[in-house]
Amino acid sequence: MDRVLKVRNLSKRYSKGCPVCYLKTGPDFDSNICPDCGSVVAAHDVSFDLYAGEILGIMGESGSGKSTAVKCLYFDQEPTGGTATFYDQGEAFKLFELNKAEQRRLVNQRFGMVYQNPHQGLNFEISAGGNIAERLLMSDVDNYDRIRQRAVSLLTRTEVLPERMDEMPKNFSGGMQQRVQIAKSLATNPPLLFLDEVTTGLDLSVQAAILDLILEIQQQSHTAMIVVTHDLGVIRLLADRTLVMKYGRVIETGLTDQILEDPQHAYTQRLVASAL
Amino acid sequence: MTEQAILRVEGYCKQFVLHEQLKVIPSSHNVDLEVFSGSLTALVGPTGAGKSSVLKGIYRTYLPSAGCLNYTAADGRDIDLAKADEHRILQLRRDEIAFVTQFLRFLPRQATEDVVAQPLVQRGRPLEEARALARDMLAAMNMPRRLWGISPATFSGGERQRVNLARGLVAKPRLLLLDEPTASLDLKTSDLVVGLIEKLKQEGVAMLAIFHQPELVKRVADRVVELKPPIMTDSPLEEIA
Repeated sequence: MDRVLKVRNLSKRYSKGCPVCYLKTGPDFDSNICPDCGSVVAAHDVSFDLYAGEILGIMGESGSGKSTAVKCLYFDQEPTGGTATFYDQGEAFKLFELNKAEQRRLVNQRFGMVYQNPHQGLNFEISAGGNIAERLLMSDVDNYDRIRQRAVSLLTRTEVLPERMDEMPKNFSGGMQQRVQIAKSLATNPPLLFLDEVTTGLDLSVQAAILDLILEIQQQSHTAMIVVTHDLGVIRLLADRTLVMKYGRVIETGLTDQILEDPQHAYTQRLVASAL
Repeated sequence: MTEQAILRVEGYCKQFVLHEQLKVIPSSHNVDLEVFSGSLTALVGPTGAGKSSVLKGIYRTYLPSAGCLNYTAADGRDIDLAKADEHRILQLRRDEIAFVTQFLRFLPRQATEDVVAQPLVQRGRPLEEARALARDMLAAMNMPRRLWGISPATFSGGERQRVNLARGLVAKPRLLLLDEPTASLDLKTSDLVVGLIEKLKQEGVAMLAIFHQPELVKRVADRVVELKPPIMTDSPLEEIA
């Protein structure tokens, strides 16, 4: 099996911090705010491997640092420490040592990101098809007909009527906007896809359809995915392996069925026991 | 030459540490067993003796508390399933070890034939080919054809169990774990399953199965391992640990 991503000791701290920030925060202190200097330790010492075709779940409540970890990997935020290596087409990229241009190339072509809020992932000033075209243009596809063809096939695949491709995203329902976002993220066939709370806030039936779509993509294209969610149902359905985070730390990691049926940490036990 | 077991369990223990209640719940205790290719080892014993915990420990749905679960993989290498890397376990689940539980898990809206075809698709078989094999398996299970195209969501217990069995058997695993495979089946279907188990034996599949009916054990088991219930205790965590 091929490794796609190797993350070691990833940390993100807001503001300058002090020498005891990491020692006095975390699940043992029930806080991610340093008592001495007041810095927020959003994530600390996060390590994991991701293989081709694998779906890794990152689970935790709000404020656990799960989104922060992913945002650092997608260059939305700058990490305070740690390393991350992305393996692609025979090359290894040290993510946190790349310059802006190199980062942009990965984001535009080799990574896909689907945000909880479609406003973050889509440009609402241009049409659904335009959003996809924008991503294709940034990755060197510049023939008008080919772009249009590809947009039609992506929207069809994500079950958005191609007749609506010239409409603005604001005319779409929440579930549809999410589908357009997924279509856009898939435009360049990225080997790595980040999904941040993508079904949160959607109707249950819409959630199920989106999750179906994600699994179908994984089975067809063998895309490696990191799924960030607070929803145990999403984890159960999608993830092969799961990291559980609390106050910025990974407190437990394992095969998803093991995490759900035989959780080891007190917090995970409580989380699983309180699921509906 | 004496044949070597492909799975050798030595001193397997499983207990659950419930932090919230400061309790340790014992389940399996000091289990030894062997499973051979083309042969079935039956796990018997009263409810609560930790039979399912043994199967779940081997499949790593449970993290074993103690003991070795030595498995000889298709590539000839020995692996302790209790300690193996998660990616290795995922690969074994995909290629070699199947688990038929009493509960059927499936995706919403997925057609029965696709639920059954899933293990083949995961191994890289083209969808149409996998579906054809899944249909053969469903036919062998006597599943009415009209049910193949719809989701198992509305199925009866017996129908679900047959879907579950079909999915476990379709990809011909090297090691098959069966948790009461005939529990909710009528006599006729139960006989059918016994026939399939016999066929799998001839094909060299190693099986470890939990049974409750003694006459079934007599019919299909080559070895029998009896588990006794653990000694229950109500003492709080500090006194045990």
